[in-house]
Amino acid sequence: MTIELIAGAIKAILMILLGLNLSLFLLYFERKGSALIQDRIGSNRVTITGLGKRLGMPNLGIINTTIADPVKMFTKEDFVPAGADKFLHTLAPFLALFPVMITFVVIPFGDTISIAGHRIGLEAANLNAGALYLLATIGLGVYGVALAGWSSNNRWALLGGIRATAQMISYELAMGLAIVSVIMTFGTLNLQEIVRGQGGVWFGFLPRWGIFMQPLAFILLLVAGAAESKRIPFDLPESDSELIQGYFTEYSGGKQAVFMLTDFAEQALLAMLLTTFFLGGWQVPWLMHDGFHLPGGAFLAVPALAVSILGVVAFLVKVVALCIFLGLVRWTLPRFRYDQLMRLGWKALVPLGLLNVLLTAFAIVAIGRVQ
Amino acid sequence: MIPLTYMMSLSAIIFAIGVAGVIIRRNILVMFMSIELMLNAVNLTFIAIGSRLGSMDGQVIVFFVMTVAAAESAIGLGIIISTFRNRQTVHADELTLLRW
Amino acid sequence: MPPFLYIFLGALAIVSALGVIIQRNPIHSLLSLISTLLTIAILFIGEDAVVVGFLQIIVYAGAIMVLFLFVIWLLNLQVETGPTGHLALKAFGSLAAALLVTELFFVLAPPHLQVKFTREPVGYGSLASLAGKLFTDYLVAFEVTSVLLLAAVVGSIALARRLPVAEEQPQPRVVEKIAS
Repeated sequence: MTIELIAGAIKAILMILLGLNLSLFLLYFERKGSALIQDRIGSNRVTITGLGKRLGMPNLGIINTTIADPVKMFTKEDFVPAGADKFLHTLAPFLALFPVMITFVVIPFGDTISIAGHRIGLEAANLNAGALYLLATIGLGVYGVALAGWSSNNRWALLGGIRATAQMISYELAMGLAIVSVIMTFGTLNLQEIVRGQGGVWFGFLPRWGIFMQPLAFILLLVAGAAESKRIPFDLPESDSELIQGYFTEYSGGKQAVFMLTDFAEQALLAMLLTTFFLGGWQVPWLMHDGFHLPGGAFLAVPALAVSILGVVAFLVKVVALCIFLGLVRWTLPRFRYDQLMRLGWKALVPLGLLNVLLTAFAIVAIGRVQ
Repeated sequence: MIPLTYMMSLSAIIFAIGVAGVIIRRNILVMFMSIELMLNAVNLTFIAIGSRLGSMDGQVIVFFVMTVAAAESAIGLGIIISTFRNRQTVHADELTLLRW
Repeated sequence: MPPFLYIFLGALAIVSALGVIIQRNPIHSLLSLISTLLTIAILFIGEDAVVVGFLQIIVYAGAIMVLFLFVIWLLNLQVETGPTGHLALKAFGSLAAALLVTELFFVLAPPHLQVKFTREPVGYGSLASLAGKLFTDYLVAFEVTSVLLLAAVVGSIALARRLPVAEEQPQPRVVEKIAS
C-alpha cells in the first residue's frame, strides 16, 4: 500500500514535470523553429560565459528561451489594473493552469514494469473512468479564461474572454464525440486498456493503431483539440493583431508566464491525447512482450525492462512529433474569422462526430469490437 | 462506509442553506443558484442511499435530475434575460406589476 | 472514503454553500457554487458513483455554470451596494432554515433509521451498469428527457432572443414624393 502511494506520487510528479518540460520545448520551438520556417535567424544573442561564441559555435538561442525569458517574466512587476477585481484577477491564471496540469496524471506512458517484485503500472493514476476524467478536466478549463477576460476591466480583454469561452465550449462537444467513438471501439474507459488494445498487427505488418480504426475521429480530435487549446488557426481569442493579447492583455510578469505555460501545456496535452487514442500510446510497432516480431518472420529477443523503456521512448517520440506538427500548422495557416469558427464547430464538426458515432456503432455490430 | 447519518445531515444542511438563500437574497440570479444548491443536496441523498442499498436506481434518478436541472436552468435564465430586458432590474422586490 | 477526507469535504461544501448566499458579488457567488458542485462530485465518487460524479463535473460545473456566467456578463450585474432586503426578512429566513435543518435531522437521520444495507454488486457505479439500467428499466424516461432537452433549447432561444422591431409606416417612394 505504501509502495503504491510512493510510486504513484513519483509518477504524478514525473508526469507533471514532463508536461512542464514539453512546454519549455514548445516555447523553444516557437522561437527557433518558427525562425527556421520563416527564413530568419531568431534569438541568438544571449550567452552566459561567451565561451561558445569565442569558440566559433553558432548560438542556438537555448539560453535565451529557456533561462533568460522565464527569469525575465518572473521578475517583472506584477500589477493589477485599476478598477479590476483583484481576487479574480489573481485567481484566473491558476484556475486556467490547474485543470491542464491535473490531466497529465491519467495518461499512460508505459507498460507495467516489475521493480523489485512489485508490478508498477506506468501511469500515475489508473482510473477505471479515465476518459471521463479527461472530459471533465477539459470542461473545467473554461473558467480561467473567462474570469481573466472579465476581471481585467478592459473591453478588449473582455472581448477576447467571451470569444475564448464560446469557442472552448463549442469545440468541447466535438472533442467529446471523437473520444466517445474511440471509447466505443475499444469498449473501455480505462486509458491503459485502450493503449493495450492497440497492440498487435493486421495483415502481418500494419500495427493496430487507433488511427487506422477511426481516421475520422483522429481528424475531429485534432481540429477540435487545436480549437480548444486556442492554437492558430483558431487563436481568435488571442489574436495578436486585433486584441493585443486578448484575454490576458492585462497580465504581466509571473501571471502571464502562467498563461503562456497553460497554452503550451494544453498543446502538449493534446499531443498526448492524440498519441494515446490514435497513435498507439507507448506501443512500438511489432514489439511484443518478448521482442520484435518483424513482418517477414524475423524475431529479435529483447529483455523485459528494455521493452518497457522502448515503450516510454516511443511515447515521447510520438508526442514530440505531434507537437512539432502542431507548431508547423501554427506557422502556416491564417486565422479563422469568428463566424467561420463557430460554423465549423457547430455545423461541421458536431454532425461529423455524430455520424462517426453512428458508423462506429454499425461497425461494432457488424465486425465486433477490439477485445 | 461512512455512516448514513453523516451524509444525510450534510445533505440536509446544504438544502437548508439553499432554502435560506431563496428567502434571504433578493437578486434573482442568486435565488437561482440557491435552487441549484437544493437540487444538489437532493442528489447527494439519492446517491448516498443508493450506494448503501446496492441499487443503481439512485444513480439513474440523479442522472435524470441533472438533465432536468440543465433544461430548467436554460429556460430560467432565458426568463431572467427577458425580465431584465423589460424591467431593467434583477431585484425581485422591484417586480411588483402583479401586486394589488 | 476515510472519515477525515469526508469531514474536510463536508466542511468545504458547507462553507462554499454559505459563500453562495452571503457574498454580494454575483461572480463570487458563482465561484462558490462551482466549488460546492465540485466538492459534491468528489463525494459522489467517494460513494462509488464514479460515472455520475464525473458527469456532475462535466454537465453541472462545466456547462450549466458557464451558462450562468454568460448571463451574469450579459446583464452586466455589478456588486450589490446598499442593503439587500429588510432585517426582518433575513431573520425570518435564517430561522426558517434552522427549523428546516432540525426537522430534516429528525426525519432523515434518526439513529433508528431502518434501511436495509446491502453490499454493492460488482461493477456498481460503472458505465456499463448505469447504461444497463438506463436503456432497460428507464428507457421511456430517457427518450422523454431527450425531447425535454430539445424543448428547452427551443424555449430558451425563443425567450432570450431580441424581438424584431415593429414595422413602421412604409415611407412613400421618392418618385411619388417628388411627383406629389
